[in-house]
Amino acid sequence: MKIMAQMAMVMNLDKCIGCHTCSVTCKQAWTNRSGVEYVWFNNVETRPGQGYPRTYEDQDRWRGGWTLNARGRLRLRGGGRLRKLLTIFSNPKLPALDDYYEPWTYDYDTLISAPAQQHTPVARPRSLISGKPTGITWSANWDDDLGGAPELARHDPLLRGIEDKVRFEFEQTFMFYLPRICEHCLNPSCAASCPSGAIYKRSEDGIVLVDQDRCRGWRMCVSGCPYKKVYFNHRTGKAEKCTFCFPRVEVGIPTVCAETCVGRLRYIGLVLYDADRVLAAASTPDEHDLLDAQRDLLLDPTDPHVRREAERAGIPHDWLDAAARSPVHALINTYRVALPLHPEYRTMPMVWYIPPLSPVVDVVRDTGHDGEHHTTLFAAIDALRIPVDYLARLFTAGDPEPVNQVLRRLAAMRSYLRDINLGREPDESIPDAVGMTGEELYDLYRLLALAKYDERYVIPPAHAEQAHGLEELATECSLDYEGGPGMGGSGPFGETSGGPTPIAVENFHMLRDRQKADRVNLLNWDGRGNPVPPKDKP
Amino acid sequence: MNSTLDIMLWVVVPYVSIAVFVVGHVWRYRYDKFGWTTRSSQLYENRLLRLGSPLFHFGILLVVLGHVAGLLIPESWTEAVGVSETAYHAVAASLGILAGLCTLAGAAILVYRRRTVGPVFSATTRNDKVMYVLLVGTIVLGLGTTILGNLTGDPHNYRETVSPWFRSLFYADPQPQLMAAAPLGFQLHVIAAWILFAFWPFSRLVHVFSLPLGYLTRPYIVYRSRDDQLGNRRPRRGWERVG
Ligand code: HEM
Ligand code: SF4
Ligand code: SF4
Repeated sequence: MKIMAQMAMVMNLDKCIGCHTCSVTCKQAWTNRSGVEYVWFNNVETRPGQGYPRTYEDQDRWRGGWTLNARGRLRLRGGGRLRKLLTIFSNPKLPALDDYYEPWTYDYDTLISAPAQQHTPVARPRSLISGKPTGITWSANWDDDLGGAPELARHDPLLRGIEDKVRFEFEQTFMFYLPRICEHCLNPSCAASCPSGAIYKRSEDGIVLVDQDRCRGWRMCVSGCPYKKVYFNHRTGKAEKCTFCFPRVEVGIPTVCAETCVGRLRYIGLVLYDADRVLAAASTPDEHDLLDAQRDLLLDPTDPHVRREAERAGIPHDWLDAAARSPVHALINTYRVALPLHPEYRTMPMVWYIPPLSPVVDVVRDTGHDGEHHTTLFAAIDALRIPVDYLARLFTAGDPEPVNQVLRRLAAMRSYLRDINLGREPDESIPDAVGMTGEELYDLYRLLALAKYDERYVIPPAHAEQAHGLEELATECSLDYEGGPGMGGSGPFGETSGGPTPIAVENFHMLRDRQKADRVNLLNWDGRGNPVPPKDKP
Repeated sequence: MNSTLDIMLWVVVPYVSIAVFVVGHVWRYRYDKFGWTTRSSQLYENRLLRLGSPLFHFGILLVVLGHVAGLLIPESWTEAVGVSETAYHAVAASLGILAGLCTLAGAAILVYRRRTVGPVFSATTRNDKVMYVLLVGTIVLGLGTTILGNLTGDPHNYRETVSPWFRSLFYADPQPQLMAAAPLGFQLHVIAAWILFAFWPFSRLVHVFSLPLGYLTRPYIVYRSRDDQLGNRRPRRGWERVG
């Protein structure tokens, strides 16, 4: 038994409003540079839809992730080590820029430099790749809100075989948003595909990173990741990927996407798992058993035996406490409402999703029934095959049963809580029907609807050992000792009162440098010339 | 007696080039690990690359093997195992010409692609251009000499001039007169190669030394402790890691 800790995330899809705030803040933080103009570490796709890059889920074509060979052994779907080396000179499975989209900016300069003329000058789009005028024909969310769906959404790989059953007509279809980041998999096929061994999983918190000094630009990881969440920086010639905002997480604050999420639908916390059992779990023969294999891999952080083993494995005490309070673990294994994205890729992804009940509720309401009543909802979940099948293809390798169970729990929570909110006697048969107690259902409701910042994000700071501790100390208020005047909880004087928010030293220096330097907007810089306008001598 | 020019060309130039090659790589590796990459351009264009790159690479790897065999293995050794000069030459020339033509065709496709595909062209640095001139120049001179030599029907036996001279450089007992006796084509090819080698560590060609053979044996998933690397935090003075 080798216990490891993993930083994981859960997203509650019912609450996503598709605002793309997470994508934009992530881009501003990480990929607003030339070379990665087309890269969105966080993207939000409308489903059904093709996703970004287009049809990335079609593994017959892209061959990402793992599969079982004839003898039931786990192997990379894209081919073994020798095959990777033999095809290294030209990667046969690399998505082209067209599959993402050609990034562009606008020729803003004509707006102010155009000569006087009868018509208002316009800023024409220009390719950020070639610098030439370009037509905009695709983007990272071209089919947002089912835009163009009658033509485009039928190419969604998950609709294969049921294309004709899903009608993309106004008011006759269902849709929801799927925000995606790197899954920080327990069995990352990106790392396994990297010939240089530059992609590694951090043994402390499981965050998967690309070592920029070791990456040699073989671009095999891009093909290896079934979620297409490693990207190639075409300027530096190196792979880049979501970092789980490790500089933030290390000091105990959530990732940028989670911090800025408008729907407050993201949860971050630790899970503990047994690293020795990952391979066996990923090799589970029947795809439909992968979900349970993945759930079983996560250990109960309150079990004394687990805690003893974890301490023996060097996981610090405060991390174990944080794991016990982890909202992620609770949603996955206590309430069993969170599901992994595409477990059939066998990478053991660690960003989990609570599937949306809204496609079902909408239909019930549109047909004039009571969209809050559990019997109607339960009946609708059973009757509405298409949304459930679709969700099953996303989250359970096509097995509708676990999706049904989750949706029934969410439906039960809805109708049980309505009674409570209306001051009626709660109907204990509702939780019974989904195998929970009334109290559990209420706790689930609390976690999904009311949980505050420090309940949604339970992130123990990293132990960078004494040197770092000293650095953090030096930035703390000297009055901030136990019971001192600087001390306070989530204070009586509003949000900002009380104890200081930990700041990352590196962010602090960066911010200060930036304040001292001239403001530079790199977002629309085309990578040519000097982004900093030359200073006029006074 | 060796002329000054011969000593310059066949002693000084090689040693300077080798020194720059070795020291340059060490320096580049220590100071520019981030720049050490193939700088793949596949994202921009795939159709031509899919053809040109494997053709070029498999060709050049064969050519390299051929050079290792031809330069490092003395004629006396092959004769000792019963391979006659004519037999050796027939095999070497035919394989060499085949590999050379593949390489050249691949390089032609790659250069054509660099020039005509817009995004690839704008991602081509001055460094890349110099590299291609030196690389293609060396290949053309080498292949030309071989083909022309064989067309005359009496090809020069470089294993009596170029090869022993090359080895003599590494015995620290340079024999420039051997090289001075080689035909002009060989001399030009060799000079071009020394310039290429001197430029090598400063170009994208450094990727050759990253051939990831370790991949064949390492475990699939790499774990690393965050202590192994320092994230984006520079250690404070006095707290730098030792070793
Ligand atoms: C040792 C094994 C080698 C490997 C694994 C290797 C691999 C690669 C890869 C992956 C690329 C990038 C192709 C792309 O996607 O754009 C590349 C480009 C290149 N390689 Fe190699 N290479 C090797 C040896 C060599 C050698 C021996 C030479 C020449 C002496 C060479 C010359 C080049 C050149 C000129 C390019 C640029 C092609 C272009 O984009 O125009 N390589 N190599
Ligand atoms: S989702 Fe992330 S960790 Fe998993 S294979 Fe892709 S890039 Fe690697
Ligand atoms: S910020 Fe939150 S609500 Fe908005 S798109 Fe992203 S995940 Fe959805």
